[in-house]
Amino acid sequence: MTEQTVSAMALTELPSKQSFFKPHRIVLMAIAAIFVFCVIWFMRWEWVPKYSGALAHGVGVTLLMLFATSILGFFLAVPIGLVQVTGPWPLKMLAKGFCTIIRGTPLLLQLWLLYYGLGSLFPQFPGIRSSFLWPYLREAWPYGVAALTLSFAAYEGEVMRGAFAGVPPGELEAARAYGMSPFTMFRRIWLPRAVYRALPTLNGETVLQLKSTPLVATITVIDAYAVISKVRQATYLTYEPLLLLALIYLCLTAILVVAFRYFESKIPSRGA
Amino acid sequence: MADAGSLINWSLLALEPPGWGGVLLAGLWNSIQIAIGGYGLGLILGTGGAMGKLYGGPVTKDLLEVYTTLVRAVPELVLILILYYAGTDVLSQISIAFGWGAVDISGLAAGIFVIGVVQGAYSTEVIRGAIKAVPAGQIEAARAYGMSPTQIMRRITLPAMLPHAIPGLSNLWLIATKDTALLAVVGFSELTLVTRQAAGSTKAYLLFFCAAGALYLMITLLSNVLIGFIERHYRRGMTRTA
Amino acid sequence: MKSALKTIALAAAIGLTAISGAAAEQVRVGFAAEPYPPFTSPDASGNWEGWEVDFMKAICAEAKLDCVITPVAWDGIIPALTTNKIDMIIGSMSITAERQQTIDFSDKYYNSPPGIIGAKDAKFDATPEGLAGKTLGVQVATIHQVYANKYFGAAGATVKEYQTQDEANNDLAAGRIDAVQADSIALGDFLKTEQGSACCDMKGTVKDDPEILGLGVGVGLRKGETELKDKINAAIKAIRANGTYDTFSKKYFDFDVYGG
Repeated sequence: MTEQTVSAMALTELPSKQSFFKPHRIVLMAIAAIFVFCVIWFMRWEWVPKYSGALAHGVGVTLLMLFATSILGFFLAVPIGLVQVTGPWPLKMLAKGFCTIIRGTPLLLQLWLLYYGLGSLFPQFPGIRSSFLWPYLREAWPYGVAALTLSFAAYEGEVMRGAFAGVPPGELEAARAYGMSPFTMFRRIWLPRAVYRALPTLNGETVLQLKSTPLVATITVIDAYAVISKVRQATYLTYEPLLLLALIYLCLTAILVVAFRYFESKIPSRGA
Repeated sequence: MADAGSLINWSLLALEPPGWGGVLLAGLWNSIQIAIGGYGLGLILGTGGAMGKLYGGPVTKDLLEVYTTLVRAVPELVLILILYYAGTDVLSQISIAFGWGAVDISGLAAGIFVIGVVQGAYSTEVIRGAIKAVPAGQIEAARAYGMSPTQIMRRITLPAMLPHAIPGLSNLWLIATKDTALLAVVGFSELTLVTRQAAGSTKAYLLFFCAAGALYLMITLLSNVLIGFIERHYRRGMTRTA
Repeated sequence: MKSALKTIALAAAIGLTAISGAAAEQVRVGFAAEPYPPFTSPDASGNWEGWEVDFMKAICAEAKLDCVITPVAWDGIIPALTTNKIDMIIGSMSITAERQQTIDFSDKYYNSPPGIIGAKDAKFDATPEGLAGKTLGVQVATIHQVYANKYFGAAGATVKEYQTQDEANNDLAAGRIDAVQADSIALGDFLKTEQGSACCDMKGTVKDDPEILGLGVGVGLRKGETELKDKINAAIKAIRANGTYDTFSKKYFDFDVYGG
């Protein structure tokens, strides 16, 4: 996916308008305020205090899932990108095939394949049940983490491939001329430059990853989405819980965008 | 029960019952219909949205900004649930208010609507970016020739922006095919849901999820071939960038 | 530009209405889109089969309704009814006071007590003490979920909620959970399958709590649709009286599924 598509699908900057106080905007905001007031006044919200604890916990799980899988996925993306640029052809094919398969199938299907598909194999191998891994394999979250990590790695791996390929050859030649060993060159020049080039896409990819996390609720992980599903079933309300959930994700995305803005401003932009 | 034969029972995929292949293909057909319909509706909304964002009045611009911001910040799964219930509910309420009685909306139409609204926001952004990439001089020249805004759109802006829009739009098509899987969560009989049903009925989870994965992959790979043709066609005479 | 926008909007509107093509006077019967044997399950030819499918056909024929099966996700089946996606629910839904605040029910058409199953080699009773420290799987949005959370969750069991019943059963067979609470007929059917008979057996039925477990299973209907409700109640009475009910029930059960 191109960077253009990522930013078309994920919010990467907040709509910051020079002036909030143009006449038409004041009218629009007034209408919006009335609308919000109606939503609060006429819809049922008395369930919120009762579930606020569970909801906070759910948001925590969502964020944990997001950061754990983004970081793990990024570490996995580096070798996937690298071998596609410089690796021997079997590795190259392997990495390319991995990216094609993960990016060519829905994440929901991958998640179910891992959880229910692999899960249904376990009873046939008694060895797994008696192994030390079993307490983890019983839980749902390792499968959620695995599926989300693989997905992030496949999308970001494609970005890293472009980033590794895009480092100017002159810089690498200069490093070689200084007598750096291939590993030193990779560690000191190639990797940092490639990561630096990939940074701008991280914002969009992370927001996309956040937008994928609610899928883990379908394999019994209790994230924010799962808590809201529970509210929906307990209260028989159709819209209110979903609207609150949308608001929660909107805020999380906004916080992510602001945080990335802050970090981007901290990174020196010389030589970009 | 742990022999290899019970792990892979290929006859379950046979096209005729008792094989589930026919059901899977019917689900695939549903998925493709929704993807095409939703993508088409998304393109219509996206073209309108991009025009509105670039040339509309201040109110249009702001409202479209709200639309694209919301869709890009909230997970598709949540949007799909809200739109799936709200879409038909609102339509029914309006129709009842006008005294036309409740309307029946088929699951297919609801699915297309839901995917279309989400895709609309994405393609608004893609098309807006592509239109902005058209050199302003070309449009000014058209205006100087006395073309009407519609003519400029039809003869200059749309054809000139297409090469810029095609990479993004083809990605969106691939996203649309995969987003249809999310409709499984509301119980629409597309490929992922029928796969889940088949897997649950036969307990051959691994086999069916892999088979469905292969079908989705096939859509992606076939689409990639087509996209390749289209890109080559529209990039004629353009210098290759990136 | 304005006219272009208008044309686009018009085209979109026409496109949508053309697709929807309102069907004439059909009753959309909401089924949970998942295998729930022996009541409703999809077969390999894409049709639905099971006791409740026969029941639906019988009452629709009796009440002269043109019924169309519309699969919906179980956890959203009540919103689907209230937002007019379906017109009635036939999905082994128990009549509870909680649900009656939102939707209406016909008279009951069957009743069976909840049971608990677990792995064969595990010995425990279907009591709060027996399940303490164990993981119990239930399907979301069911009476079992409410019951399990109240009685077993409070007594130290971990309650794990599944979107569909067959996924809970599958995780029990895979050893991921220790027990499953569900309708005893549905569980009995699972225990008869190859997977179920290999792994698990019935641990017993749970202590009754009519407030949560309800008074049998009824057809779910939107509030205020008394005409449809009367038709269905009359149809249930008629098929009970004329023997149709017993005829199709015998195909599935060797006991009286209507219950006391």
